[in-house]
Amino acid sequence: MFIDKTFHRRWHNARTSVFAAALAAATALGAAAPAHADPDTITAVMHSGLRVLDPIITTAHITRNHGYMIYDVLIAEDENFEPQPQMADWEVSDDNLVYTFTLRDGLKFHDGAPVTAEDAVASLKRWGERDSGGQLIFDVTESLEATDEKTITWKLKEPFPPFLETVAKQSAVPPFIMPKRVAETPSSEPIKEYIGSGPFVFVEEEYQPGVSVTYEKFADYVPREEEASWMAGGKVVNVERVKWVTMPDAQTAINALVAGEIDYIEQPQFDLLPILQGSPDVTVEVRDTLGYQTMGRMNFKHPPFDNVKIRQAALMAMSQEDVLGTLVGNPEYYSVCGAIFGCGTPLGDETGAETLTSGGDIEGAKALLEEAGYDGTPVVLMQPTDVTTLTAQPVVTAQALREAGFKVDMQPMDWQTLVTRRASMSPPAEGGWNLFFTNWMVPEISSPIVNPMLNGRGDEAWFGWPDDPKLEELRAEFIAADSVEAQKEVAKRLQAYTLENVIYVPLGQYVPPQARRNTITGMLPSPVPVFWNVDKTE
Amino acid sequence: MLGYIIRRILAVIPVMAIVAVFVFLLLRLTPGDPAAILAGDMATPEQLARIRESLGLTDPIHIQFINWVGRLLQGDLGTSLISNTPVMSMIGSRIWPTLQVGTLTIIISVLIAVPMGVIAAWRHRSWIDYAVMSFSVLGFSVPVFVIGYILIKIFSIELRWLPVQGYASPSDGIGAFFSRALLPCLTLATIYVALIARMTRASLLEVLGEDYVRTARAKGVKEKYVLFRHALRNAAVPIMTIIGTGFALLISGVVVTESVFNIPGIGRLTVDAILARDYPVIQAMILLTSAIYVFVNLLIDISYTFIDPRIRY
Repeated sequence: MFIDKTFHRRWHNARTSVFAAALAAATALGAAAPAHADPDTITAVMHSGLRVLDPIITTAHITRNHGYMIYDVLIAEDENFEPQPQMADWEVSDDNLVYTFTLRDGLKFHDGAPVTAEDAVASLKRWGERDSGGQLIFDVTESLEATDEKTITWKLKEPFPPFLETVAKQSAVPPFIMPKRVAETPSSEPIKEYIGSGPFVFVEEEYQPGVSVTYEKFADYVPREEEASWMAGGKVVNVERVKWVTMPDAQTAINALVAGEIDYIEQPQFDLLPILQGSPDVTVEVRDTLGYQTMGRMNFKHPPFDNVKIRQAALMAMSQEDVLGTLVGNPEYYSVCGAIFGCGTPLGDETGAETLTSGGDIEGAKALLEEAGYDGTPVVLMQPTDVTTLTAQPVVTAQALREAGFKVDMQPMDWQTLVTRRASMSPPAEGGWNLFFTNWMVPEISSPIVNPMLNGRGDEAWFGWPDDPKLEELRAEFIAADSVEAQKEVAKRLQAYTLENVIYVPLGQYVPPQARRNTITGMLPSPVPVFWNVDKTE
Repeated sequence: MLGYIIRRILAVIPVMAIVAVFVFLLLRLTPGDPAAILAGDMATPEQLARIRESLGLTDPIHIQFINWVGRLLQGDLGTSLISNTPVMSMIGSRIWPTLQVGTLTIIISVLIAVPMGVIAAWRHRSWIDYAVMSFSVLGFSVPVFVIGYILIKIFSIELRWLPVQGYASPSDGIGAFFSRALLPCLTLATIYVALIARMTRASLLEVLGEDYVRTARAKGVKEKYVLFRHALRNAAVPIMTIIGTGFALLISGVVVTESVFNIPGIGRLTVDAILARDYPVIQAMILLTSAIYVFVNLLIDISYTFIDPRIRY
């Protein structure tokens, strides 16, 4: 081939120039690479992206967490599960029928307007339309009024002993106080204005749904003087800004934390924890010591789980240790717990969960299944494939059920298909289902008032639809119980009844640890990741 | 030419109409309920029904379709069912990162791949040719996220030259923009360099065997003119096609790269919308993607007339 020597030389020169330019660019970029987080801003990767800004319309945890940033609540739950004054103090009449709340001084919304009793009343009414506990209170409410600028008077038709605990609930839908004009939005429509009176201000112009959300310190917020405890006490903000960013790739978030580009990861994946634990600049710790309960729910409407004996056989086959070991791996972060109200809670009791907590009883399940006359009807088990904290439960349980003699039809699907399909009351062969799993934060299932699975009102109940008057009787007894001892006694009977009738299957608790740069200090232990009291040092 | 462009643009209308109907129906047949996603895990069936109604999801499908098309014809892409944000503003804020990363990737790819392909063809069956071909096979075969992680490990974690993740707009400073865009662009460029280099080599090899190339060489034309003026220009039509479709592919969403480097682009927006069954966003994104493909194809066709004077419309 004919080769031009000049061309050769020029090619050489060009190659050298390109290489030199690339080196120069790399050096320039190296100098420009900022990489490190802003000292006045905490940059946090939360467990999911924020897309819904109305904390009353949804029960999504990320929206509740957003709610705690920008809104405040009348009364709040402390670390002993006790209601404490937050925006208001209260008095109760001797007959336990009238609750009077008085707003404290200095409360302001982010637009500068003072918080009034009318704002609180409108907010409580909207909450009462959405929250299951709120609905129970409004069922016995005679009137709820603003009797003056700072006084809210709530009159009941009959005593409701867990009234304060319900108003102080921290999850999933707390009664956040909004301006009256916002709270008058119908509860089935999302709000369009995001103004609260909480310790942080929502920076609307920087909000990108599912990507990032920025909060600024609310300069006019007056914290309470008491020490912060869970959702109660003084919410003292020590940083100028908090920015939540969404990182869809778990490994990227880990790399960014180690490199100092972000300050905090709310829930790093269990299998990636060793990388973080190997970094001297990062602390991995459990902030929420109660964590989550993972559980299974059967469909009471269709065979085979319309038969209580077959439900009992399925429960008997299941083993919490097998599920948790596969889901979490490291025993430091999970605990076997048979309590439907969660272990570590005032009502936690493990009656009736012996097989669940001791590794299951396959032989016993086989015998019970035979006694029940199981005819081989397949169990349609919905398996979400896109939620890492829900991938192990269906696989482990399906294997246990098969060993016990069940025919299992495990159907993989994305979580959104699952949540749609679980609302279908049709037979499994026509788009329905028999069994699925989900996880709850322990405070969300810690009492008969908040635990959605214990509703026994058939078609009005939570998915699975148990039609169980006895369950409803027990819940009513709990609501009427007028002392802690009486509540505990009813809760114990509810625990036994729930497991005997397999209303649902608690599969144990796990505590996802958080990871933070060592420059972040003062994070309070809490089920909700709060950013008050937190400092960022250089 | 102008008549051709107008005819092509007019031909887009039925294509988009068919896409719109198809997408709308397909989404309604897909299992999923935006109300269930909006309301969360604890919502009761009655609450879900009320939310469905307020979102307009209980209307008959043909009414929903007419409402959507009516708004679309007025330039309104609707509002996200989940975030309650106008779809236009969501796309507006998410398309720039994708466009910028896509454009930079194509520029890097062309600058690297075309010379690589030319040299490989010029030095056919030499070690350079084999090296280029080996790189091409590697570029195709290694998953893009693996390349991304390797580059992050080297340049961000070990050398600490570049940030691990994130996006900065050019308005935040050119240094900040390039420092964040470089790794994702290099990651994506690996595939496109492989693709374009292969195509350039194959086209050029075909042309280098033509009589007119031999004639040019016999006449003593310098090799660089033979390669770049005679051969490459005649080999450019398939190369332009691959560059154009590559660009359209990049713009229509590179989800994995956007995820690995945490770039808030339209690829992630589309996937998030699909997972949440956010119908207005999915519909808008598919229409936009179709429009991008049609537009890029038109540009490619027009570019042929500049490359090859024999092509006339």
